[in-house]
Amino acid sequence: MIKAEGLTKHYGALKAVDGISFKVEPGEVLGFLGPNGAGKSTTMRMFAGFVPPSAGHAEICGFSISTQAREAKSRLGYLPEGAPTYGEMAVGEFLDFIAAIRGLRGSAARNSVEEIIDRLNIRDVVKQRIETLSKGFKRRVGLAQAIIHDPPVLILDEPTDGLDPNQKHEVRQLIADMSTNKIIVISTHILEEVDAVCNRAIIIANGRILADETPEALINRSRYHNAVSLKLGRDADMAVIATALGNVGGVAQVETADDGRVITAFPQANAQILTAIGDLAGAQAWPLEQLQLESGRLDEVFRTITTTEAHP
Amino acid sequence: MSAIKVIAARELKAYFATPVAFVFIVIFLALSGVFTFYLGGFYERGQADLQPFFGFHPWLYLFLVPAISMRLWAEERKSGSIELLMTLPVSVWDAVVGKFLAAWLFTAVALGLTFPMWITVNYLGEPDNGVIITAYLGSLLMAGAFLAIGSCISAANRNQVVAFIITVVICFIFLLSGFPLVLDFLGGAPQVVAETVAGLSFLTHFNALSKGVIDLRDVVYFLLVIVAWLYATTIVLELKKAD
Repeated sequence: MIKAEGLTKHYGALKAVDGISFKVEPGEVLGFLGPNGAGKSTTMRMFAGFVPPSAGHAEICGFSISTQAREAKSRLGYLPEGAPTYGEMAVGEFLDFIAAIRGLRGSAARNSVEEIIDRLNIRDVVKQRIETLSKGFKRRVGLAQAIIHDPPVLILDEPTDGLDPNQKHEVRQLIADMSTNKIIVISTHILEEVDAVCNRAIIIANGRILADETPEALINRSRYHNAVSLKLGRDADMAVIATALGNVGGVAQVETADDGRVITAFPQANAQILTAIGDLAGAQAWPLEQLQLESGRLDEVFRTITTTEAHP
Repeated sequence: MSAIKVIAARELKAYFATPVAFVFIVIFLALSGVFTFYLGGFYERGQADLQPFFGFHPWLYLFLVPAISMRLWAEERKSGSIELLMTLPVSVWDAVVGKFLAAWLFTAVALGLTFPMWITVNYLGEPDNGVIITAYLGSLLMAGAFLAIGSCISAANRNQVVAFIITVVICFIFLLSGFPLVLDFLGGAPQVVAETVAGLSFLTHFNALSKGVIDLRDVVYFLLVIVAWLYATTIVLELKKAD
């Protein structure tokens, strides 16, 4: 288990992290969301023992990161933002170094290095200097470094930043594979990532936790949750349709998108409006091209939470 | 202990992965040759010893050692790898000592490569090899003290050039602290202070060793300087690592 209690960091007058508390249990993949400068990296750095907290404390597997740093750090795999490594070293050398400093010796070290090389698909570049690698490979080397000792806790600061879609998919797959028995915390501002790999999401802004829920619950907060969108043909009379939709039972609001051909009906709380709207469209013979039940939009929830709740 | 070894080994390898090591060694050897033979009058003196060789070491180190030490921590901070190193399960002290030992070992290699000088003097005459060995030891200790100062300054600066210049200045003050240049500066200070400062001079302690006099106080002095500056490095790092 990892735990933060009233974790605070200020730089001069600026409060980067302002009394954050949370716990994460094994099996949880926690997505740390927030705008740039929200305090995500600072929080992770405090957990990793790189930034000392101004107040509060953090624990990894029961070991305080301040007073039992070595025990805590040895149970943690950490990928710093930007995946810094020693550029002048070859990939293989670098991983040997990490294995050695993590206390792996002899065949145990060799086996972990070999396994991690295969797992992250970096066999082809083992002899290359890290500074000559592409961004994707560098990131994979950084990940390899973080998981080489099979730690129970993984903290990854923007693990997929700057990767192409295929590489992102690979990294997410890797995280998903490891997630069953580990504690994984990833920070990101890519919202689809939270949906794809996390089973819990914390949104922070201005150093405070604004939401701590499952990604589904977050999505359900969206006003698009269970809304119905209709795409109509060119000859449709949008004004008439909008009025008709507004009169359907359970519809709270109707909005026409800018291009004038998509119209969205928002339900009142907990109302199901899809069937009613479908029936109406059939009865009125609207020139319907598409009818869609919206599940909710994470980016919209994110924007709402971080812009309104952060500045009340 | 093993963490220190692992870090030192990595660091030492890094020297030789870039041209830094070769450039440094070549320049060190060339300059020490030039100083010994041209400025030191090695042949003209007609004595079978290495006094002219060792006599220039403080001045050689003044500029060459900061060139090694400037990158010790400044580079880690600049590339961000300090975040990696400091989040591995090693103490700051282990990291500081490991990196310092690598740099020291590297200067030892450069110093060791001056052995043709020692062969030459043995070929030409019958020098007191005990004196020469003591002088080598003194030279290495002094290099270590310079490096430890440089390590601390490098930890405090992200910029290597700034680290280099400040290190040169501080080393210069330490080198000459027994001399009028520095003592006059303390003109009004009480006798005790002036004497203490004078006792800190690298040059005084090194000169004794380079003449073959092993005084335990000189050896302990250099070791203390090294430990003190390395300890200061850990404090600076604890305070500034994440800035």
